[in-house]
Amino acid sequence: MPLRLLRFGLNKTYKEPRMFRAPATLKDEYDVPATLKDEYDVVIIGGGGHGLAAAYYLAKHHNITNVAVLEQGYIGSGGTGRNTAIIRSNYLTPEGVRFYEKSVELYKGLSRELRFNLFYTERGHYTLAHSDAALRTARWRAEVNQHLGVNSEVVDPDFIKKHNPEIDITCGGHQPPVMGALYHPPGAIARHDAVAWAFARGADERGVEIHQQTAVNDIEIKDGAVTGVHTNRGFVKAKKVLSAVAGWTTAITQMVGLRTPLVIHPLQAFVSEPIKPWLDTIIVSGSLHIYISQSTRGELVSGAALDPYELINTRSTLDFAEGLSGHLIDLFPCLSGVKVMRQWAGLCDMTPDFSPIMGRTPVHGFYIDAGWGTYGFKATPVCGLTMAHTIARDEDHDLIRAFSLSRFERMTLVGEKGAASVGH
Amino acid sequence: MKIIHCPVNGPRPLQEFHYGGEVRDEPDAGAVSDEQWADYVFSRSGEPGVKVEWWYHIASGTWFIAERDIVSDEFIRTYLYTDGPSATAGSNP
Repeated sequence: MPLRLLRFGLNKTYKEPRMFRAPATLKDEYDVPATLKDEYDVVIIGGGGHGLAAAYYLAKHHNITNVAVLEQGYIGSGGTGRNTAIIRSNYLTPEGVRFYEKSVELYKGLSRELRFNLFYTERGHYTLAHSDAALRTARWRAEVNQHLGVNSEVVDPDFIKKHNPEIDITCGGHQPPVMGALYHPPGAIARHDAVAWAFARGADERGVEIHQQTAVNDIEIKDGAVTGVHTNRGFVKAKKVLSAVAGWTTAITQMVGLRTPLVIHPLQAFVSEPIKPWLDTIIVSGSLHIYISQSTRGELVSGAALDPYELINTRSTLDFAEGLSGHLIDLFPCLSGVKVMRQWAGLCDMTPDFSPIMGRTPVHGFYIDAGWGTYGFKATPVCGLTMAHTIARDEDHDLIRAFSLSRFERMTLVGEKGAASVGH
Repeated sequence: MKIIHCPVNGPRPLQEFHYGGEVRDEPDAGAVSDEQWADYVFSRSGEPGVKVEWWYHIASGTWFIAERDIVSDEFIRTYLYTDGPSATAGSNP
């Protein structure tokens, strides 16, 4: 490694191959694909983790490689690069647990499969309960999880204190004390940008085209079926189109005339300055509306609940930084001197039951992977896997049948609010 | 700090308000199909644009209507439901 680094340092040009073939704006510097083809078998709108994973699995499992991923910004610039990178499967409903457990299983082998270090590290995930009601939900989740073979248990305050010595169980008297927690040992974090990059490279190696700075302005429909998409770089024919755009989903569904329960809320997060490795677990408190973990770089990554009203905007607020800091100090008084380095917001497309909307839609050839609210990152690989299956066979994958858009019409909701990281 | 113009109390900080969702007309449950009813119960106009919404001023217990751009977060006008849009309380910053 040091020798390779030295060779790099002494070289005047950048020798390493690019992660994927370059977009049009960079065509002078790098090579293809500079232009969009006239027609693709599948167009994927959105170059985040989900869209790129779907492209990867379409090529890998279904041998469909005439695929274009269209991204209006740069890959991973939306929810993929803005989440707090937590991966877990301790959900509440059997449908949810099975789905997220498959995702955790895929994540564990992903660094090896994609030959890319995703910094996947198991930390142990604590969902703190500050009330009888929260403890009851923790017990419920533990029972459902264990029944489905997921490692989850309810632990008492002594256990929490023993494994997280800096925590103040009494919350300084400012908040109700911690009464227990749902402990999920496989809870992990990963480097979120790397997930997008690795899937992009994997898809690119198999022939998929990734076009950045390519926005979809409209979707063409004829006789109830998709025929193509209008982009800022011209019209592209495609009989199958996947929308994997999270916070921009309502703008896309409007193009195909589809009504959904989705509303967009921002969710804010921040990181602290890097400090010595100190917190080796993931701590979530629903009552205090916080979650915190320490990244491999030493930054404390922390987020809060959704902003309280609908907004399609990634602005940050001082109220958020103030509120979150206050609650963090209630739980970890030792952090009072640590500085916040950076704050941001991501867009969350929320459903009323806190489960995603996935699969086929009433518009033939238009597939949706949305409703990813506050839990999209952890589902990245399984979403790619199941959506690729759904697109290739035009039939919803078993694992996502419960998440169909038609569940609202059938009044068969999948209530996951109790397993959302914090009370929203 | 964000300021919202309450039609009764004038400009007040955002923290004094609660969001009540978009204004929707309830269809006659007996006259519509199950699909139409489900659409009313669950579906929302979530796309970017100006929305007509319910907002609540907590301190004074006032429900009122706001026309708001959900992309720029600009309150275009606010008024009491009974007064209608013509009785605009004032533009908001």
